[in-house]
Formats: sequence, structure tokens, C-alpha cells
Amino acid sequence: MSTHATDAMNAPPAQGFYLTEEHHPENGTMLGFWIYLMSDCLLFAVLFAMYGVLGGNYAAGPGPKDLFELPTVLLNTSMLLLSSITYGFAMLEMARQRKGATLLWLAITGCFGVAFVSLELTEFAHFIHDGAGPQRSAFLSSFFAVVGCHGVHVTAGLLWLGTMMAQIQVKGFRPTIQRRMLCFNLFWHTLDIIWVALFTVVYMLGAGA
Amino acid sequence: MLPRVLRRLSMSLLALLMSGCSAVVLHPSGDVALQQRNLIIASTVLMLLIIVPVMVLTGWFAWHYRQSNTKAHYDPDWHHSTGLELVIWSAPLLIIIALGAMTWIATHTLDPYRPLGRLAATRPVPEGTKPLKVQVVALDWKWLFVYPDYGFATVNELAAPVDVPIEFQITASSVMNSFFIPALAGQIYAMPAMETQLHAVINQPGNYEGFSANYSGAGFSDMHFRFLGKSQADFDAWVQSVKSGGGALTREGYLALARPSEREPVKHYAEVAPGLYDLILNLCVQPGKMCLRDMMKIDAKGGLGMAGVHNVGRLAYDRPPALNAGQSEPPTGLAYVLALCATPGPLWSPAPPAAAAGN
Amino acid sequence: MRDNSELIHFIFGRLTWDAIPFHVPILVYTFIVVAILGIALLGTITWMGKWGYLWREWFTSVDHKKIGIMYMVLGIIMMLRGFSDAVMMRLQQAMAFGGSTGYLPPEHYDQIFTAHGVIMIFFVAMPMVVGLMNVVMPLQIGARDVAFPFLNNFSFWMTVAGAVLVMLSLFVGEFARTGWLAYPPLSGIAYSPDAGVDYYIWSLQIAGVGTLLSGVNMVVTIIKMRAPGMTLMKMPIFTWTALCTNVLIVAAFPVLTAVLVLLSLDRYVGTAFFTNDFGGNPMMYVNLIWIWGHPEVYILILPLFGVFSEVVSTFCGKKLFGYASMVYATVVITILSYLVWLHHFFTMGSGASVNSFFGITTMIISIPTGAKMFNWLFTMYRGRINFDVPMLWTMGFMFTFVIGGMTGVLLAVPPADFELHNSLFLVAHFHNVIIGGVLFGLFAGINYWFPKAIGFRLDAFWGKVSFWFWLSGFWFAFMPLYILGLMGVTRRLSHFDDPSLQIWFQIAAFGAGLIFLGILAFLMQIYVSIRNRASLRDHTGDIWGGRTLEWSTSSPPPDYNFAFTPLVHELDAWADMKQRGYQRPVQGFLPIHMPKNTGAGVILAFLAMACGFAMIWHIWWMAGASFVGLIGSAIVHTFNYHRDFHIPAEEVARIEDTRSRLLAQL
Repeated sequence: MSTHATDAMNAPPAQGFYLTEEHHPENGTMLGFWIYLMSDCLLFAVLFAMYGVLGGNYAAGPGPKDLFELPTVLLNTSMLLLSSITYGFAMLEMARQRKGATLLWLAITGCFGVAFVSLELTEFAHFIHDGAGPQRSAFLSSFFAVVGCHGVHVTAGLLWLGTMMAQIQVKGFRPTIQRRMLCFNLFWHTLDIIWVALFTVVYMLGAGA
Repeated sequence: MLPRVLRRLSMSLLALLMSGCSAVVLHPSGDVALQQRNLIIASTVLMLLIIVPVMVLTGWFAWHYRQSNTKAHYDPDWHHSTGLELVIWSAPLLIIIALGAMTWIATHTLDPYRPLGRLAATRPVPEGTKPLKVQVVALDWKWLFVYPDYGFATVNELAAPVDVPIEFQITASSVMNSFFIPALAGQIYAMPAMETQLHAVINQPGNYEGFSANYSGAGFSDMHFRFLGKSQADFDAWVQSVKSGGGALTREGYLALARPSEREPVKHYAEVAPGLYDLILNLCVQPGKMCLRDMMKIDAKGGLGMAGVHNVGRLAYDRPPALNAGQSEPPTGLAYVLALCATPGPLWSPAPPAAAAGN
Repeated sequence: MRDNSELIHFIFGRLTWDAIPFHVPILVYTFIVVAILGIALLGTITWMGKWGYLWREWFTSVDHKKIGIMYMVLGIIMMLRGFSDAVMMRLQQAMAFGGSTGYLPPEHYDQIFTAHGVIMIFFVAMPMVVGLMNVVMPLQIGARDVAFPFLNNFSFWMTVAGAVLVMLSLFVGEFARTGWLAYPPLSGIAYSPDAGVDYYIWSLQIAGVGTLLSGVNMVVTIIKMRAPGMTLMKMPIFTWTALCTNVLIVAAFPVLTAVLVLLSLDRYVGTAFFTNDFGGNPMMYVNLIWIWGHPEVYILILPLFGVFSEVVSTFCGKKLFGYASMVYATVVITILSYLVWLHHFFTMGSGASVNSFFGITTMIISIPTGAKMFNWLFTMYRGRINFDVPMLWTMGFMFTFVIGGMTGVLLAVPPADFELHNSLFLVAHFHNVIIGGVLFGLFAGINYWFPKAIGFRLDAFWGKVSFWFWLSGFWFAFMPLYILGLMGVTRRLSHFDDPSLQIWFQIAAFGAGLIFLGILAFLMQIYVSIRNRASLRDHTGDIWGGRTLEWSTSSPPPDYNFAFTPLVHELDAWADMKQRGYQRPVQGFLPIHMPKNTGAGVILAFLAMACGFAMIWHIWWMAGASFVGLIGSAIVHTFNYHRDFHIPAEEVARIEDTRSRLLAQL
């Protein structure tokens, strides 16, 4: 898409003062979105740091061993990872320009995502019902913050996913839409990576320690 | 031209200041503050080594290469000189190396946590000197000083004998403050549930100002106290007068004292509930509240499990909300963790000493 | 009756008539003045029938130059507010001695110093720096606009939304009484239960989103949209500093967002991050806010270093001395700015080794900064210095900033900091670098690029008057504070006992008066320049004999900036083009692809502001509704695929021909 712009970068006419054709710089959306994702990772880094510092302060209340149920969390994890795979299928179908199949895989991705969020909300509700809400201790505050922040991101992703489905339905595979799908791809996989870190640092280390 | 005039003016003002005695940071009366003063002056001189030439050159270049001076050499393409680049990077570098070395050494020797090695430049601390211990609590908005070795306490008045090392343990009851006696030594924060330390010595008798140097709310401006440097004899007399003055600081008394108030007069308490400072530091003066110390022990063993979930109480007295005038509704979340074996029993009372002390 | 009160509580949350400060005469008068001025302004616009024009040409504009100008206007307006706070503080401290507690009670005074800090940093310095980058940077790299023009508009309006919330706190409720960084526990719900801290949180949070997005936008613009041939080491130095600043924004503002979210959770949900009773730790807040806060200082100053570099080189008629070392210095400062945050609280009692580490890293920053200072100095060497207004500001900076730098390094020595921390010496230091560096740089930049952005230059006489008042005012206002700091006087006090201090505060108040005259002269400068715009007009497009690409196009530049994208062969591309005998293209124009204006930014930012206001006053239905509206509008906006258009070749030809005629008349 941008080959001639890159060529122009490498070899400007020796003495020219200006381009005589219209200049088309490379589209920056992917770079911009990637930078945004990095800044989002910093947000999570802060929350992880809070968890690292406060995660052992149970205020004479329950600790991770008393709360976490690894099988449920494992199920949850598989929902999120599966949704990434199915999104990959959606991207493949998009590359083949098959609208119906793309939409189908997106819908499946969405279902996995909804399952993830529901399981997480169930877990939260369970904790809160037992009195282990975010107010009970600094450990629980930072747990709810870091896991909840991820959950909020997934929820936002689901809204985005729905929007993309509608847009594909209405507008078809325009370049803009394909780019947005790529951005979503980055977003969704970043959330996976963050979840893997969460699963390891919060759940596995917590339940194992 | 005006900036130079102004600079000269400010220089003369500084000179004026050096001669007067009002600049306490430049004329301290304690050895630690004196060393800090010397460090300030040494660093300034070191930096002036580069600042002055820069300012002189700036002025000179600005004058010499002004547009109207057509005799000055004009070379629009001159933009690089490896030698000069080397100089402009290495000159600041050298100064920072010197300053950095000074900083490293001074920061370690003047570490507020480090017991004093000397009373003054030529006088090491004599063998076997027993330092004066003072426990400092920043309250809203006054200072409580507990003398653990003497068993009494004062509010807004601190005294110490000249040439005796002082060991401060510092904490706060509610929000962050900073404990600062400029004539004695640099400041250090006073933070709730945390303890900071300061080691210092006063070398000249006198009546010095102490205050909070970190904004802490509405009564902050009046959060002063007096620091009295006294000869040993005068100090002993002062101790006697406090001890004979009567009055006791009980736990209830402390809780009442801790409520926000401004311009609190000097108070003396001949007796103090044992371990009061420790209770303050561990946020458990309020009966029935779990001490942070115990909480941390429990947490280190993995917490109390689901059984501990409801072990939470609500604060009974109106501690903080009164801080701000005109709030419309009571704040939420002023909960605390209950002590495990809460045997409220009689809190300590001064008459039969040390008998029923809790914890 | 009871049902009724519950209904009212539901509708208005905790907002009651008590929140309106009828009982504070100062605020009532301020409100009356603001209301009269506001009505007069709005009335004038209505009377002149300019609303449509403003909406179409400015508010919804995605043109980086217009957005930049709007940022500057916002910054100047907010500077008037921030400066009023400063004057009130100086008067209070000059009066409140002995028995007198001055004319401001603590609960009012404490809001003023908090608001002063917040406004000056977030709503004066930030908008003006971002505005300057917006106007200049795309022109310098030969681009038609920024990478995400709509996002740019949205970022601006989010900043405005934050500013409006801060201004609202003056008349509805109150602002925080915590100091500008709102340390807990003081800023926690237990000690600040009222709406002040919530105003603080939501205004910064909303403006912060705008800043972050604008950071992403500009980084991408600089990386992707440079003119062909402009390699990184041929970028103008201002663009370099803009790049570094925006990298800092992207890497620092998420931390602010996170820490404010955590503080909000403590206040709204009752979590235990920064309270002690349930194992939280307020020191975490102090660490995190300074991990954002220190880079923020460099976010502000770096672009102004760029401004000084451009101004020095242009007004000395010379290439910048040591371009490469300037670039390296900027990058080193960018990286080091993340390793120094702890120097803001040496007194917290970290160990000696930790303190010395952060002290020494702080000092190391002075090496590249010193190198920069020398580079400017040697740019003057063998130059032909034209002391026009931008150069005057630069000279003022060079004399003032070194003092601030010196006291800064002094404060980086931990044992010295123990004596000087939180004192008026510290206050004098950071005003010395922020006024002497950031503000002087902004004035240099405004005077330098105003003719480029608007088309006529600023009046030099009033510019010089403003400069001299500011410079002398600065020295009168802040040298006494250095001295008071050495006398052991701490900051944020609303009254004093020791009468011998009063004279210094009176000198400082006098200095504030001089600065006031400086601001008046600046406003006068703008007024006079607009009145005399015909005689001050610049048709050349290159009024100062500039060296970078922005001077190659007309003043003000056409919407599309450059009819043909320039080709870059050398550093100082425009100077190089002039030297090689550049001929302006006069034919062969092509249609130019441009982004379309949109009102979405205004709408989204308004909804964000409504949501923030509702959260501040616990009006939950309104918070929910505006949040849903915000998300909904954003989604609707994504369905808009008609975001661009082409300026026809004939239109381009017509604009360029007009310029050719003007140039021919010179």
C-alpha cells in the first residue's frame, strides 16, 4: 500500500524541491494503536505493582488460598484463549473475503468472551457474597482492581466486537474495516497476554503459596 | 542590562542575609544542621564554578555579537567543533562526578537513621553516652512528645540537653506531616502507621522553632512547637517541673487529644500510659482494634481465612470527619479490623502503675 | 415530605444549595464579574452572528493549526485564572502577620494553592505546550495534518472539559484542599469527604485522556508523516523535542490515570489502597504519582528547549551549534527522567543508598541540560544576534534558568534537601525553572510563530514591555522566596507569627504586581497587534529568515499547508532550499486529500464532562446516562465513513495564485 512512499523516503530526487505527485505517507493507525496498547500495559503494570506490594496484606482476613478456585479460573482461562483462536479463524475468513463465515467466527469469539466475563463476574459475586469484597483488605482491593481492570477491557472488547460485526454486515470489507479488525486482533491478544500474567502472578502463585 | 542589575541586587541581599542571623538554615545551632549547611554551601560553590562562566559568556556573547556590531566575526556555517563538544560535555560531567561523590558520602554520614558519631566537628560522642529518646507523634494539628525513659509527655514543647545525642522516633496519628526543627537538623516525614527516625544533637542552648513542614489540612499553619535547648542542669529542672506538674495521658486522654484542634497550648503530662507510642504506631489506641503488628503476624501466616471476613468494626468516635467544615454527609468506610481476643477490661489508669496494662 | 427529599436526593445527588458559595463575598463578586464578561462575550458573538462560523471553522475543525490556536487560547484564559490565584496567595501572605490571619480563611486559602498548582500545570502549561506542538510540528515535517485529525480535535475538547470542571468548582462546591498532588490520607474520603478532591480527580482524569491520545497522535505523526528525505537526524530540533515529549506523555500519563483510578476507588468504593487500617499504603500513591510527575516536568520543558534552539539559531542567523549533541542530550533527558522520581520525597526515610542513587541520577540530568545551555551559547558565538522579542525571551531564559538549574541540583543532594524540602526555597526553585524555562519559552514561541499561525506579527514594543515586566517581576517575586526558604519558612502557610519575615513577602507581592503588568502588557500586545494588523502583516511567509519548513509556506498557511510536499535533503531544510535557489511551484496543482470537520469531538467531550460532573456530585442516573451516551456516540461515530474530501486542483491553484500575486507585490 505504501511502497512508493517508502521508495520516496529512501531516494528523494537528487536536487528536487518538492514532490510533484501527491504524497501518501504510510497509514499510522496500526502504529498508533500499538502505542496505545503499550500505554495500556503501563496501566496494568501499575496495578500489578500495587498487587505486588499489597497482595500479602490480608488484614487478618482471607488470603488467596481461601478464595481462589483454580479449576474455575482454568476454565475461564480456556474461554479467553479459545476466543483468541476463534478470532484467528475470523481473520482467516476475512482474508478470504467470506462475510458469513467471518461473522460466524466473530459471534463464536463473542460467546467465549461473554462466557469469560460471566465466569469472572460470578467469581466476584461469590467473593462479595462471602464478605470478601474489595473493601475487606488491601489484598482484595488490589485483586479486584487488577482482575477487574482486565475484565473491563474484555467487556469493552466485546462492545467493540459487536460494533465490528455490525459494520462488516453493513459496510463489508473496506480497508478501514480490515484495519480495525487488525487493531482488534492486537487488542484481543494483548488481553490474552495480560491474562496469562494475571493467571500466573495472581491465581497460581496465590493459590500455591 | 536589567537582569544584571537585578542579579547584583540579589547578591547584595544574600550578603545581607549571611550577616544577619535570621536565616536559620544558614546559621543552625545543631551539628547535623551545621553539616547540612556546609553541604549546601559547598555544592553551591561547586556549581558556581560552571554557572558563573556560563552567565559571563552569555552576557559577553550577547553583547559582542549583537547585530549592530558589524566588526564582530560572523560565520553562519560554523556549527560544529569536536573539541568544544568534548569540553561542554565533560565540564559538567566533572562537576557532577565531584558533587556525586560528595552526595554519596554526605547522604550516608547524614542519614537520619544513623546514630551520631560526633557532637561537633572536633568532638566525637563520648564512650557510653546514653542518648535522649523522644517519641514524636504528629496530631491534627499539634505535636505530642513522649519521653519513654522518663515516662512523661508534652504537647507542643520539646526540650533536650545541650550536647547530648537525641534519638527521635516519629509517627503521625492521621495524615502525613513533616517533623522539622531547622536549627537542629533536617526534616523527616511523620506518617501514620509508619515510623521514621532522626538522630541529632543541639549544641547551643536556646529557644528554637519547630513545625510541620508538610501541609496537613486546615490547622496546618499553626502547627508549631518550641524546641528548648537547655544545659543539663536546666534540663533536669525542666524534667522535674514536668514530673511534678501532675496529670496523666491515658489512652482515652490520647484519643481526646488526637481530635483535630488548632493553636493547642503547651501541655505537660507527668505520666503516660505504657506503650502508648507503640499503640499509636500500630493504630490500636482505640480499644478493641487489632494492632497492625498483630495483623502483620497473622497475614504472614496466610491470614485468618474466611472466618476473618466479618471481623470488622466501625469507628465509634468522630475522629476525622470533623477535619473539614461543612461536609454534607458522614464519610463511609471508616471501618477497622477488630482485635482477636478483645478483652476491653480497664484501660490503663495512672493510679496503680503498670498493673493492668493491656497487650 | 420525606419521599420528596429522597426524590430530590436522587435527582441532584449530594448537590444542594449549600454547595453554592453565596456566603463567600470574594466568590460572589468573582462570579458576577465572570458572568458579566461571559454574557458580554456570548452576546457579542450572537450579535455578530458568529456562532455558525465558530462552530464550522473552529470548534469542529480538525485542522492542526486551528486546534493548536484553540489550545493556546485555552491556556491564556486559564493563565488568568491561575495567576489570580497566585496574586491572592501573595496578598494573603504579605498581610497575614502577627495576630492577623489575613483575608482568606484556611479552607479558602488551601483551595487556592491547590487550584493554582493544578491549573498552572494541567490547564496552562500543558495546553500551551501541546498547542505549540500542534501548530508547528506538522508544518516543520512538511505534513498536511497530524496522523489522526479527529482524535486531535477530541483531545482538545477533553482538555477543555477538564478545565471547565475546574472552573466550575469555583462556583459549585469547592476545589480540593490537599495540595496539587493530593497525597492521601489527606485526600482520602476520611479527611476530605466533600466534593473538592472529586473535582480534582475527574478534571485531571478527563483532561488526561485528551493528553494521552494527543501524545499517541503526535508520536505517530512524527514517525510516519515526515516529508520524503527527512531522516530522523534531519528533523528540526523542535520536532525532536516534541517527539521526546510525546513519548514521555505516552509512557507517563497511564500511571497518572491508574493512580487516580485507585484514589477514586478508595473514595467511591471504600477500597484500601491508600488507607492504613486494612493493609493499604499511602506511600504507594506518593511513589506512583511522582513516577508520572517527574516525567511531566520534562514533558513541559523539553519542547521549550526546542523553541529556544529554533529561536537562537534563527535570530543569530546561524546553524544551531552541535545539532547531534542537542538530540542526544534530549534523548538522554527523556530516559533519565524516569529514574529520578524519588527525589521529590527524600524525607520519607528511604535508606541512604536509595536516596543517594536518586540524588545522583538527578544530578546526571544536569549534564545534558548543561550541554544544551552551552550549545545555545556557542550558537550565539560568531552570530549576528537580532534582539527581537523572541530572542529577548531566550536571553531572559538563559540568565534565569541556570539559577533554577543550580538550586535544583542543590535540592538533589539529599542532606541539603532535608533542610530545604517543602520550604519556600523549593517553591522558588520550581517557579524559577517553570517560569524561567516553560513560560519564557512559551512567550518566545508565541512571538516567534504567531506571524506564521495568524499572518501578522506581534507588536514588538508591547512585547518588550511585557518581557521586562515579566523578567523583573519574576526576580522580585521569587528571590525573596529563596531567602525565606533559607530562613526555614515552609510552604502553604496561610499566616505567620514572625513579623521580621513580612518585608520579604511584601517584596514578593510587589514582584507579583510586576508580573501582573507583564500579563497586561501581553494582552495589550495582542490587542494592539490585532488593531494594527494591516501594518504588521507578513506576506513573505518567512518573516524572520527562518530555517525550517514551516517558513516555506505562506503565513498563515493554507488548509493543506503545502501545495506540494517538500523534499528534504539537509538539516534546516528551508535554509537549504533558499540557498539552492528555491522556486515556488506555480502550476501543475493536484487535488489534495483532506480530513473533514466533525462535531463528534465536542459532543463526546461534553458527555465526558457531564459524566464527570455527575460522578462528583453522586448524581448516579446522570453519570450512567452520560456514560452510556458517551459510548453510544463513540460507536455511532465509528459508522461515519465520510471523513475526508478533496480540495479540487482549481481551488489549490486559486489560493496559490493569490499568494503569487502578493509575493510579486513585495
